[in-house]
Amino acid sequence: MMAMPSRHRSLFLLTGVVLLQILLLAVQIKRDSQGRLIRVWTVSAVSPFERSGAWGVGKIRDTWRHYFALSDTARENEDLRRENGQLKLEVMQLQSKSAEADRLAALLSFKQKQAKVPMIVARVIGSSADANSAVIYLDQGQREGIRKNMGVITPEGVVGKVIESFRDTSQVLLLTDRDSGVGAMIADSRIHGPVGGMGEPLLDMKYVGADDDVKIGDRVVTSGMDRIFPKDLPIGTISQVKAGTTFKQLRVRPSASLEKLEEVIVLLTTDPLAMKSDSTAPASNATIPSSGPNQLASGAKPTEKQP
Amino acid sequence: MNDTFDLRIGESHIEVHKFHGGTILLSVLFALILQSFLPVYISKAGYLDLPLLITIYFGLSRRNPSTGLLLGTIIGLLQDSLSKTPLGLFGIAKTIIGYLASSIGARLDTEHPAARFALTAGFFVLHQGIVVLIQKLLLAQPQTWFTMRLLSACLINSILGVFLYYALDRLRKT
Repeated sequence: MMAMPSRHRSLFLLTGVVLLQILLLAVQIKRDSQGRLIRVWTVSAVSPFERSGAWGVGKIRDTWRHYFALSDTARENEDLRRENGQLKLEVMQLQSKSAEADRLAALLSFKQKQAKVPMIVARVIGSSADANSAVIYLDQGQREGIRKNMGVITPEGVVGKVIESFRDTSQVLLLTDRDSGVGAMIADSRIHGPVGGMGEPLLDMKYVGADDDVKIGDRVVTSGMDRIFPKDLPIGTISQVKAGTTFKQLRVRPSASLEKLEEVIVLLTTDPLAMKSDSTAPASNATIPSSGPNQLASGAKPTEKQP
Repeated sequence: MNDTFDLRIGESHIEVHKFHGGTILLSVLFALILQSFLPVYISKAGYLDLPLLITIYFGLSRRNPSTGLLLGTIIGLLQDSLSKTPLGLFGIAKTIIGYLASSIGARLDTEHPAARFALTAGFFVLHQGIVVLIQKLLLAQPQTWFTMRLLSACLINSILGVFLYYALDRLRKT
């Protein structure tokens, strides 16, 4: 029997491998599954490195900040000796307060205000390996009660929703992704329209009638209609308004800094939050565990497991 | 720079570069980790496609189409599993790039920085073309063929590729 030339062998192999992957794509589309097992393995393998990296970056930043704070303090001390002003030293000490502490204080304050909704603080440890999709990874997962379709926010505004949850990690689809969407309305006029991503920094607000009065700078908030986010959470502000025949073309600048996320809040419930927050008393599982700033930084455990 | 490349097509003599044990595995892992880690702290790092650069480099160096395409498949599927894309999207694209890179590596001088720059740019555009084609034809997702971001990403990756390949050359067995 004649042996197959090496070039033909590799061509056959190429055809076979490509066809197999096309089949794999077809199976995923038909079953609406995303090959969860392979994803779990890969994410489990990569996330410890990302977690260590995030920890390392945090430590380096702290050291860097402290170094500069100390060098600034030394410089200021010379001035202070000359001026003999104790007050300036205090100002320097205040200036050396780390940005991370500020962020955590904001998160704690936000969490206390939203006492009806169970939530947890998570650190961003990674992003999508595909530049075209806006996805981030968090350092908290199923063990902390995070499930698919839970809302993710910051004190500034809506971030996105959980699309996959693993044991110690979860995957969040950001608002800016093309497949993303949230029920929204203009804060003052209460005009409703979904807001979705376009794969760009700005968001798109749809189905706002051409006759409706919308101005640049109008605040856009959640409507609660998607049953993921509570009503009246900030989404962004209108940054562009273009007239259309039936609907206006509206662009929204997100309130949350989606490109610079380091810590986020996950709303630990898949119940319709808007309905619940409108009703009189919070449900039994809608409580936040009491936690200090330290617990907040590491992520507090939910009081009850979510369904 | 061309001292390790011996091109004699007529005699089917091709110098295949070998690497120290674990170099390919570690490079792939490192590229994937950096690819998903860097954009958290540097938003512009989203322009990079380190797994693609690794696929191209080892394809060009190993010069074996079968090895190149299989390496591309593995890298692509791993990248898919770290994204929200269905498994196979980057898998198919990188399989084809791995095959072409190793086939071209066996026929052309791929050691010169200018050649590497041009090849990386070409492969980057082709890779993006395959991804968009699959998204349009197989996944029925509306995608644009060309954006300014793509052009910038192509240039950035091609420049980075030249330096990265030079660094990876240091890991070859002499």
